[in-house]
Amino acid sequence: MSGTYVIKGARILGGEPADLLLRDGEIAETGRGLAAAGAEVIDADGLVALPGLVDLHTHLREPGREDAETVESGTRAAARGGYTAVHAMANTHPVADTAGVVEQVWRLGREAGFCDVHPVGAVTQGIAGRQLAELGAMADSAAQVRVFSDDGHCVSDAVIMRRALEYVKAFDGVIAQHAQEPRLTEGAQMNEGEVSAALGLPGWPAVAEEAIIARDCLLAAHVGSRLHVCHVSTAGSVEIIRWAKSKGWRVTAEVTPHHLLLDDAVVRGYDPIYKVNPPLRTVDDVTALRHALADGTIDAVATDHAPHPVEAKETEWAAAAMGMIGLETALSVVQQSMIETGLLDWPGVADRMSYRPARIGRLNGQGRPLEAGAPANVVLYDPAPRTVVDPSGFASKSRNSPFAGLELPGRVVATFLRGRPTVLEGKLQ
Amino acid sequence: MKRHLISAADLTRDDALLVLDTAEELAQVADRSIKKLPTLRGRTVVNLFFEDSTRTRISFEAAAKRLSADVINFSVKGSSVSKGESLKDTALTLEAMGADGVVIRHSASGAPHRLANWVRGSVINAGDGTHEHPTQALLDAFTMRRRLGDLAGRKVTIVGDVLHSRVARSNVLLLHTLGADVTLVAPPTLLPVAVDTWPCSVSYDLDAVLPKSDVVMMLRVQRERMNAAYFPTVREYSRRYGLDADRVARLADHAIVMHPGPMNRGVEIAAEVADSPRSTIVEQVANGVSARMAVLYLLLGGSEPAIGKEVSH
Repeated sequence: MSGTYVIKGARILGGEPADLLLRDGEIAETGRGLAAAGAEVIDADGLVALPGLVDLHTHLREPGREDAETVESGTRAAARGGYTAVHAMANTHPVADTAGVVEQVWRLGREAGFCDVHPVGAVTQGIAGRQLAELGAMADSAAQVRVFSDDGHCVSDAVIMRRALEYVKAFDGVIAQHAQEPRLTEGAQMNEGEVSAALGLPGWPAVAEEAIIARDCLLAAHVGSRLHVCHVSTAGSVEIIRWAKSKGWRVTAEVTPHHLLLDDAVVRGYDPIYKVNPPLRTVDDVTALRHALADGTIDAVATDHAPHPVEAKETEWAAAAMGMIGLETALSVVQQSMIETGLLDWPGVADRMSYRPARIGRLNGQGRPLEAGAPANVVLYDPAPRTVVDPSGFASKSRNSPFAGLELPGRVVATFLRGRPTVLEGKLQ
Repeated sequence: MKRHLISAADLTRDDALLVLDTAEELAQVADRSIKKLPTLRGRTVVNLFFEDSTRTRISFEAAAKRLSADVINFSVKGSSVSKGESLKDTALTLEAMGADGVVIRHSASGAPHRLANWVRGSVINAGDGTHEHPTQALLDAFTMRRRLGDLAGRKVTIVGDVLHSRVARSNVLLLHTLGADVTLVAPPTLLPVAVDTWPCSVSYDLDAVLPKSDVVMMLRVQRERMNAAYFPTVREYSRRYGLDADRVARLADHAIVMHPGPMNRGVEIAAEVADSPRSTIVEQVANGVSARMAVLYLLLGGSEPAIGKEVSH
């Protein structure tokens, strides 16, 4: 149940200190000197208030890999990271390619209660890329799926991709593409370039991402559909997306925190904690991604939170699993890479981490400005402290954070989901 | 010297010269009636081979035994993953046995880096995937130095499948450290895209490079590369990049021909070239034992002199 809270002196989107009154799951009022009988008062002096964050790209691993993450543990991690909604990717076991699986994941999210869980439906049956999954049934289910993705696998067949883009128009869906030309990336282990040449690891060339993005933009334009590009990682991809947007085509894109902060030089020690798909790219790519997020070419930060058990990473590079966790560090990484570099302000962070991802996912109750009448999805964030990332304290079941040992700024102090605190004083409620 | 030898880049110029000078001293032992030194008595060297390579394993084994180390051969067919035991668990097993040095051969690039996190002993890379093979580079440099003297300013041409070659990577790094000028020659498909960042030159034209070369090192080319469209046919590869008698005739008189083995006679190297007096291929095998003795001695030997008196039993 949501109580009544008065948040005192928070800097709403980094602005002047103001109060927020949360009541009955909504923001009842904002302004100065607010009070309410029986309300719990939260001192937010020095804290930035942001709308609850929305992640377009989360692997919760349930059903199937509950050793790595569950809906409950993953949403606890999300709440600690300031999220009030996550999109749970479809590559579970079984795959989320039927109304039954997406409803199960959606229901588990409701039961856990730490943040809204919006299942992503698979585009093709078994994410095998051959036959469309029952997209309409997933859209019509209790989970009301609007985002469809074969993430981890690219819908590489141009005809299947075209049909999927067309088909989901009937229910305002969007295809979120993992852009990876399969033949160009057979056995690929890391970004193809100077570091892969030195390390003798098979390369994952930027062109394998860019060629698919270019094709998909053209397809989306041709059939008038919505395309969302997952985890953009190269400067060339940014240019293509910028061009597609300049045409007025309905293309959106996301970038991960790790692609905003890390480059492929970290692979030199062969520690698979840095193995991820798409791979970490070059410093020039990182710079281009930051600027694209700043100018809005890239719409959203999405974590691609990908939990793996310890043994999946304690191996030789080639045998290790791809992926990194990111829910509990995303805001800190964005502060480090975007705020402290002067590229983005707090309203920009609210836009890229809440408003726009909610719009892309067609979530009505999320990503709303912190104004009276909006659902009380609020994060209180302290940008001042700097701490060394220690995954042993994470709420996620997994520990595969590439930021472990790095000093990052900021800390999520409180998260409210429709007026109910999921995190207070930095602790899960 | 660093504790491990994982990349040729681990060696400074002084380190590399020390290894080569030590190998020269130790090579004298091969001419003695009793080829054994007491230097590493009581030390344990594990040959951890995840990939079949009889010639490299017996070279390391001979090197360790000539220094009186105890040698344990640990061969794991296929990858550690297919066997069901992780590299980490294998490493912990070796650690429990008290290995002073682990010589590792693995099909995965970077496996020696990972192993070095889990064992206290010195890790010696005996070839990891398509990454490096530093002792091969040392034995090659040793062989060149014996034939040609100081390597500074010498022109070394390395020909073939550079993209997939751990021998090429280690040789480029070590030869650069030693002051030689390296030119890589290959079809563009068999060079890494970022080869321009390496400390060497690149050419697609073997005939243009040969007359200026002091050393021509031919790399093994695998026939299956043809199926992945790296080149059209084996015959075309051989015509454009193979070292035959006509091409050898264009070499300077003092120039030598090297090959790390195993050779594809008639593909990258003609039989009469492989068996000619310019060829150092058999010497390379013998020199491999001396170079590896030097590495084992310098990493594991501590303060004792490399060559004591002959051991008499």
